[in-house]
Amino acid sequence: MAELSQSDAVLRTFRTQSHFTLSADRGWTQRFQLAFTDVRDGIRLWRLSWILGLSDIKLRYRGSALGPFWLTLSTAIMIASMGILYSYLFHVKTHDYLPYITVSIVFWNYLNTLITDGCNCFIQADSLIRGTRMPFTVHALRSVVRNTIVLAHNLIVIVGVFVIMRLPVSWEALWAVPALMLWLVDAYALSLFLGAFCARFRDVPQIVMALLQVVFFITPIMWYAKVLESHPKADLLIRFNPFYYMLEIVRAPLLGRPVPVDVVLKALIVSIVIFVITAFGFARTRGRIAYWV
Amino acid sequence: MTHLTAFNISVDFPLYHSENRSLKKTILSKSASRFGRDRNSRPVVQALRDICFTLRSGERLGLIGANGSGKTTLLRALSGIYQPTNGSLSMEGKLTSLLDPNQGMNMDMTGRENIRLRGYFHAMAKADIARLEADVEDFAELGEFLDLPVRNYSSGMVIRLAFAMATATRPEILLMDEWILAGDASFMEKAKARIESMVRHADVLILASHSAAILAEWCNRLIWLDQGRIRREGAPMVILEEYLPSHQFEELVKGLDVPKLA
Repeated sequence: MAELSQSDAVLRTFRTQSHFTLSADRGWTQRFQLAFTDVRDGIRLWRLSWILGLSDIKLRYRGSALGPFWLTLSTAIMIASMGILYSYLFHVKTHDYLPYITVSIVFWNYLNTLITDGCNCFIQADSLIRGTRMPFTVHALRSVVRNTIVLAHNLIVIVGVFVIMRLPVSWEALWAVPALMLWLVDAYALSLFLGAFCARFRDVPQIVMALLQVVFFITPIMWYAKVLESHPKADLLIRFNPFYYMLEIVRAPLLGRPVPVDVVLKALIVSIVIFVITAFGFARTRGRIAYWV
Repeated sequence: MTHLTAFNISVDFPLYHSENRSLKKTILSKSASRFGRDRNSRPVVQALRDICFTLRSGERLGLIGANGSGKTTLLRALSGIYQPTNGSLSMEGKLTSLLDPNQGMNMDMTGRENIRLRGYFHAMAKADIARLEADVEDFAELGEFLDLPVRNYSSGMVIRLAFAMATATRPEILLMDEWILAGDASFMEKAKARIESMVRHADVLILASHSAAILAEWCNRLIWLDQGRIRREGAPMVILEEYLPSHQFEELVKGLDVPKLA
């Protein structure tokens, strides 16, 4: 027993932070271990991701008078013009349509850039990746942080529209908070998978961007979902559209509508699919990312 | 105890893009040895083959070899950046690698912001970051440039900052690529003094360089890389005598004697 405890102590001293081993690919057990360590170490370095994401925004607007509030302003201009134009085109009341399009556009832009930036999260960080050993998950978190800061600036537009239109805000709106949490985790996972996939296949970011444009038109973002109720075939656009469920769990509470249980369940299913794909995809590709970027 | 062991490390680079394939064909006709296929019969470059060595406390290893012999790739593999295709790497000690002067630096941020970024990278507390900042400021001697974006620095200033940041965090294993030689004479003296104090504390240094004088002066062991393999290994002067053309080696011996006489 004494011998055993001694070897245990030796093991423990060897497992200090500075101990590091890395061997050639040894199959799935090692891959999952390395991926798990990567996620854990990346979360420990959250302040690094935060500073990197924050400085991405700061540097983009360094020297400009309005700074990142250009984000707010350009969104406000786009929404004001779209809201007025499309409420005429669709023959709907501006008073109802403007809040709808504001929330839809702000969150669609968030979702859109989360995905497209996620695609590039490793490609953009190539000099960091090849310069030093660092958890790969730092770069995924950086992309999520950056886009969430952009969202924070655009939320001002939503608040502005609600104040100007004197819309009532109920406590129900708070359901958007857990929904957004789910978005953050999904975006983090999806960035890990898409980032690695896109580093290997450089055409994928372009394909994803093109597809997202199509998704923008076939998802109820500018138009109401109820338009399709009388068209059983077109209704499939909504029923099999993961983007619709993800968007709806955030949008509905903010617009004072309850979120149907089946929408929440389907959003959760979408998230689980993302997690499973990422768990295998990231574990499989992690060791190769440095070769690909 | 600080140590670093490379056990049979091999690294293959995948060749994915079509331009690489045509490049491959052209080089293939000249030297067939380094192009192969992996298990899934994809074309690869065999960047490193069966690299095996152990470094213990106080050892300063120099890597020498022609362009493309695998020096930088070996440094990256030892840093844990490239997962080896074969073999394994094991180490005990805090490792810092200085592979590329701009690495980890954001060129649009000021020097000071970059130092803080490095602090966050090492998960330091606020007080430690302040200490790091003071230490780097003192060593790099950049004066007011420290508050300007790194983009405005001369290449020598970037090197000062990068070296100061890398060594201020007290690495136990330091990996450096040859660009450090671009510093001016007074900086090189300071850098050498700092490396020496580091190695006196039983730490490990690995330096890749083309400068025989630097290697002879800084290192106590050399590995000669050739086509991704270890060709020779041993005491610096022994390896350099074989590696260098004879007249260059004589000049090197003469050059090394001058400071000792003075």
